Amino acid sequence: MSDSLVFHFDVDGDNFTSAGQASTQVKKNLRQLGLSPAIIRRVSIAMYEGEINMVIHANGGTADVVVTEEYIEIVLEDRGPGIQNVEQAMQEGFSTATDSIRSLGFGAGMGLPNMKRYTDSMSIDTVIGEGTTITMRVNLA
Amino acid sequence: MTSSIYEHSVQLDVSRCTGCTNCLRRCPTEAIRISDGHAKINDARCIDCGECIRTCDNKAKKAVIEKLDAMNRFRYKIALPAPSLYGQFDNLDDVDYVLDGLLKIGFDDVFEVSKAAELVSAYTRQYLKTEGVKLPIISSACPVIVRLIALRFPSLNDNVMHMLPPMEVAATLARQRAKEAHPELSDADIGVCFISPCPAKASYVKNGFADYKSQVDVVVSMSDVYFALISKMSRDEEVHSMTESGMVGIGWATSGGEATALFNDEYLAADGIENVINVLDQIENGNIPPVKFIELDACTGGCVGGVLTVQNPFIAKTRLQSLRRYLPVSKNFLSKEEQEYIPELYLFNELPTYKPITQLSQNMAESMRMMADIQKLRGMLPGIDCGACGAPSCRALAEDIVKGRARLEDCKILEK
Repeated sequence: MSDSLVFHFDVDGDNFTSAGQASTQVKKNLRQLGLSPAIIRRVSIAMYEGEINMVIHANGGTADVVVTEEYIEIVLEDRGPGIQNVEQAMQEGFSTATDSIRSLGFGAGMGLPNMKRYTDSMSIDTVIGEGTTITMRVNLA
Repeated sequence: MTSSIYEHSVQLDVSRCTGCTNCLRRCPTEAIRISDGHAKINDARCIDCGECIRTCDNKAKKAVIEKLDAMNRFRYKIALPAPSLYGQFDNLDDVDYVLDGLLKIGFDDVFEVSKAAELVSAYTRQYLKTEGVKLPIISSACPVIVRLIALRFPSLNDNVMHMLPPMEVAATLARQRAKEAHPELSDADIGVCFISPCPAKASYVKNGFADYKSQVDVVVSMSDVYFALISKMSRDEEVHSMTESGMVGIGWATSGGEATALFNDEYLAADGIENVINVLDQIENGNIPPVKFIELDACTGGCVGGVLTVQNPFIAKTRLQSLRRYLPVSKNFLSKEEQEYIPELYLFNELPTYKPITQLSQNMAESMRMMADIQKLRGMLPGIDCGACGAPSCRALAEDIVKGRARLEDCKILEK
């Protein structure tokens, strides 16, 4: 078991302007650790999409980024409404975002598919009415 | 070239520095620390943006830049005025007065950078149509931005346009023109002098750019030239028409000018270093608006906001608007044959290589241990980012301590 580092962030609900702050900070930290630009970009995109999702659908939540020498794990946890149909939510272009959110340029239905695309593994643990936890991994080796 | 030491154009006058924290907080790359009672600039991090020059009340930060007499060593002297120069003068209704003034202060020829800018715009329109270019294209005209991307946003390197800035194109074309008109001149006889709104252009000329060597010989400050010019410029006498640029070329002096010259509304233009960094962060997060072209200017307002200008950038912008009003859109269009390919003289091959300047250690396990220590220290520090320790924030002090460049006792708040 190698050492790990954890970066913890609280993601504000209902605040689009601050969304993205956690992924920007993670990016700085990963640069300090000397990770390659390609890895940093994958982590920051996956994390940004996750942050935005928590703001749009779940009134915020927490983001934890675990860094080990073998992988980076991103755990996004919220107490939102849960995802009714995970398979459907994973389809590109599917979105339950409201019109007002779409008018802000979000809700294109690409969040979850992008998170999957930019990471090596992703699991969704969701309970209706209780919340959702998404765990993503980007392998370093 | 890339591995050699980078020669900066922003320096500190220690005797004037009081050790206040103004520049410390404004530096966008956290390149400044205060120790032994005065500021120190970390060369590896400095991007020559000039924010510290702008913010220093004691005039302790200055641009390292040549004076006009540096041109005396050349037989044939060519002035390259940046279009922002035209926005510095009160009641100027014709660019020709400025160009004529440049001849009066001793230049043999004037080649407007705005003329080259119109050609660069025309070729950029072609560049956008090139198959295989990575969209959105990020402009490479502002040297601060190119350096910022190389140091901090390496994943966006492929988006940077491989087109030389108008200053370089102007220098090459001006040399060609001089040689055609005066075949007796050798290369060493001809001196090309860029009249610059910012120190970053001086750094670009001194250091070159990856494998590219600048065609400009001397960079002088716009404010120096301004004072030399106002005594020689006369509005009473008739001057012959010299200007060779239109609205597009002069528009390059202000933010959005380069982008609107593409005659395509799919662009984003941002100015001011903080705003630019925000935009780059957003792009890197994948939050890219569907645009083809991104213009980023380090200075607020664009080049008119450079620290070597005389006039307030917004006033300069207003003046340029009225100067442009009666000009043709452009005086430099490309013929059908010229549109077929982009000549070599407009392009560069290599970008500066990415230097992971913030990396804690070469070894990842060691970096992780250091990061864990930084997190621990951040919990101990007061978190008010007062700057009294000489670092811009508590986080920066924590990093400095872990790197062995500061001590916990440097914190003035914990001491009490």
